[in-house]
Amino acid sequence: MWRYLRYAVPVAIFVAIGLFFYRGLNLDPNYVPSALVGKPMPKFSLPTLTDPDATVTSDALQGKVALVNVWGTWCVECRHEHGFLVQLAQAGVPIYGLNLRDDRASAMSWLATLGNPYVTSGFDPQGVAAVDWGVTGAPETFLIGRDGNVIFKHISPMTPQVWRRDFLPLIEEQCRAGGCEFLAAAGGR
Amino acid sequence: MSRLLLVGVLWLAGASAALAIDHEIAFSDAAMNERYLNLIREIRCPKCLNESIADSDAPVAADLRREVRRLMGDGKSDGEIKDFLSARYGDFVLYRPRVTETTWALWAGPFVFLVIGGVVFWRIVRSRRGQPLDDEESAA
Repeated sequence: MWRYLRYAVPVAIFVAIGLFFYRGLNLDPNYVPSALVGKPMPKFSLPTLTDPDATVTSDALQGKVALVNVWGTWCVECRHEHGFLVQLAQAGVPIYGLNLRDDRASAMSWLATLGNPYVTSGFDPQGVAAVDWGVTGAPETFLIGRDGNVIFKHISPMTPQVWRRDFLPLIEEQCRAGGCEFLAAAGGR
Repeated sequence: MSRLLLVGVLWLAGASAALAIDHEIAFSDAAMNERYLNLIREIRCPKCLNESIADSDAPVAADLRREVRRLMGDGKSDGEIKDFLSARYGDFVLYRPRVTETTWALWAGPFVFLVIGGVVFWRIVRSRRGQPLDDEESAA
């Protein structure tokens, strides 16, 4: 009995290490879980992009299911996702923009040319609010729940696939009590 | 010529150590600056593959260095600054992971292996006790 166990131990160790390495092959080293998911959204107060004298605060998002999208004209992938964001906005999904490390003139001409999907965009040239939101770059999209908590965070462009796979099921759950008129138009049940 | 080159290389090396990545000294107080440079080497850039915010030129790393300088200016301790950053970016940004329910195995692992190795060693030594040494055998 002991004689066989002697040989089984190295094999077992090899298999265990092999399983760890095999799992490691399929992990994305760029994936960083958000520290904010499940927590109340961070407070912010920013001048709006279109009007420096107006402010947009986190209170605007309180009590509704909404998206917060981080964007900037320097961000190539933002241009990639912009068309789909406009479609979502046309379906009635409330999207709040966080314009990051940008200059006002280019950002406004971007919205004039490509369309403006945002209810309003906060202007954050220094990335101050972005740090509070744990933003690492753009594009990033947060889903805010009715209770004001961060429900989900997506890093990289929003696509119809991501929307259907990750966002819609969570939004449907949030909207069980009703009050999300956009849901049917945005592809949900 | 080679002496000139050496001077140039030493000058560049000295300049990069004193100024890090920001091209200006963060704090005029030397001890404070030292603390700052040590702290930003302990914070991992959330957007980069294994670079500290001291080494990275990513915009988010610049933002985090600025936040560290601001918090240090407010008199926050290193621990409070790390709490601030990990509350926003997760424990990922800390190069020295905290002991939590997901990391205890990481911390305990080396000691567990040390104990296993010790037990194996002890068993081998015990099983060989009383056996003649090789050279004793050949001498006999």
